Amino acid sequence: MSEHVTLPDGHIEKQTTTINLGPTHPATHGVFQNIIELDGETIVSAEQTVGYIHRAFEKIAEHRTPYQITTLTDRLNYCSAPLNNFGWHITCERLLGIKIPKRVDYLRIIIMELSRISDHLICNSIVGVDSGVFSGFLYLMQYRELIYEIYEEICGSRLTTNMGRIGGFERNFTNQAFEKLERFIKEWPPVLDEFDNLFIRNRIFIDRTKGVGPISAERALNYGFTGPNLRAAGVDYDVRVHTPYSSYEDFNFTIPVGTTGDCYDRFLVRDQEMRQSMEIIKQAYQKVQEFKGAEAEVFHADVPDFYLPDKKDVYTKMEALIYHFKIIMGETKLPAGEIYSAIEGANGELGFYLITDGGRSPYRLHFRRPCFIYYQAYSELTKGGLLSDAIITMSSLNLIAGELDA
Amino acid sequence: MVLTNEIIRNKLTEKFGDQLGDWSEPYGTLTFTSDKNLNLKVLQYLFDEPSLGFQFLTDLCAVHYPDNEGKELAVIYHLHNLRENVRIRYKIFTDIKKPDVFSAYALYSAANWMERETYDFFGVNFLGHPNLKRILNIEEMEYFPLRKEYPLEDQQRTDKDDEMFGRI
Repeated sequence: MSEHVTLPDGHIEKQTTTINLGPTHPATHGVFQNIIELDGETIVSAEQTVGYIHRAFEKIAEHRTPYQITTLTDRLNYCSAPLNNFGWHITCERLLGIKIPKRVDYLRIIIMELSRISDHLICNSIVGVDSGVFSGFLYLMQYRELIYEIYEEICGSRLTTNMGRIGGFERNFTNQAFEKLERFIKEWPPVLDEFDNLFIRNRIFIDRTKGVGPISAERALNYGFTGPNLRAAGVDYDVRVHTPYSSYEDFNFTIPVGTTGDCYDRFLVRDQEMRQSMEIIKQAYQKVQEFKGAEAEVFHADVPDFYLPDKKDVYTKMEALIYHFKIIMGETKLPAGEIYSAIEGANGELGFYLITDGGRSPYRLHFRRPCFIYYQAYSELTKGGLLSDAIITMSSLNLIAGELDA
Repeated sequence: MVLTNEIIRNKLTEKFGDQLGDWSEPYGTLTFTSDKNLNLKVLQYLFDEPSLGFQFLTDLCAVHYPDNEGKELAVIYHLHNLRENVRIRYKIFTDIKKPDVFSAYALYSAANWMERETYDFFGVNFLGHPNLKRILNIEEMEYFPLRKEYPLEDQQRTDKDDEMFGRI
């Protein structure tokens, strides 16, 4: 027993290990692949493979009428589908030069901010999961459900909403919808505070996220970052303020910014944005309630060529039937034009570049998907970090495979 | 000083003269074109010139115009000056038989995947791109699917065997 152990001759060659995260890996939260080269536990390089759920939306859109494209936009960022729907409708409205009534704008803002909350809460709670706290995720899911119930009340569906029409909504908000909204306004803020208690001053969480996956403002801009990820790096660019659409200029809210662009800042920016969204929702609800008389019933603009008539009228009135037929069959032509229109999606600037040639469907439609553009920085973000940091960086970027691949 | 489309246009004309053309402003966005070999010079100038400062590449994509002989493919840059909040659109056209365009990757890191996507769908060959391969489609693909010569299936076609699609 007292003999010394003799090691075999020779030496160990230093080599790197390559591991696959994805395409179907619990850490990717979506279908995409990361080929990570590791030196011990330190990341040397990361290469991404995307496109696993590419569905050729841009090609399909060239053969579809505007309302058939709305259903495609649902499936981009499916965590906040109404934002994409409205983004597309706003693009069409700008192309057609339609003036939208204020009440419609405010109702849209309520829904858009609700979906921003539902998107950010998923992202932040997933960051929590990847740092080892599952309870936050389960707890918040309950409150996303409240948001989905509001969607359900308005358009009948939950995840892929296909909400709204060119010019407004398909029907007015019911009293139940407003009741559910009130419930959410009342119940959500204390829950968010509780959620914050779990993370923001939590030593373990700070250690796991601070200084992880950072990016400077300059690099972030060069990489085309937008949305919360850019703002976490300290640039206060927000489409809602820069190029207000849907009457965002009527609202009073602030744009939270970070400084270092690391996971912790991204978490904080999203967290604060949820609070700002809540403020906007309250203001918008207040404004909606202030409408009196006939104005209080307005839920769409007067655009017979593109706004689907009420079903009741379709069955009883000749004119409504004709319009219904024309819209459904794509007989109404889009005017020739070229427009780039952007809204602030949950992940950043969601742009629609639409070229029409006077036909029934776009000549070319290009989606500027924020996810796709900032994911290419992933290699730079994770280089030199640890494997566990790579996973938390991925979730804090909020990569949605549907948006990535279009 | 507010940066208006007119100032941008004057600035650019001063520098490049007649080499830029087709000026228009669809929906308020200043749009212009140039020869495709000039693209990096124009982008660099827009990036570096302090009074212009278009340092944010919002979007890069291509469009196929099959009837536009010799200039079938358009590559379109959407640039944004975030300080002044002005967007412009810059187009270059290239022959589909020799779709070589200089890559803007050195100027904008964001152009990396955008150019790969454009290559993937339209076959625009970006010279100087570090890793020009397909991104969304499978690598074995031999054609560029967003070109207009590939139509989608006619929705009215009747020659399909329903049995094969579980419709009987």
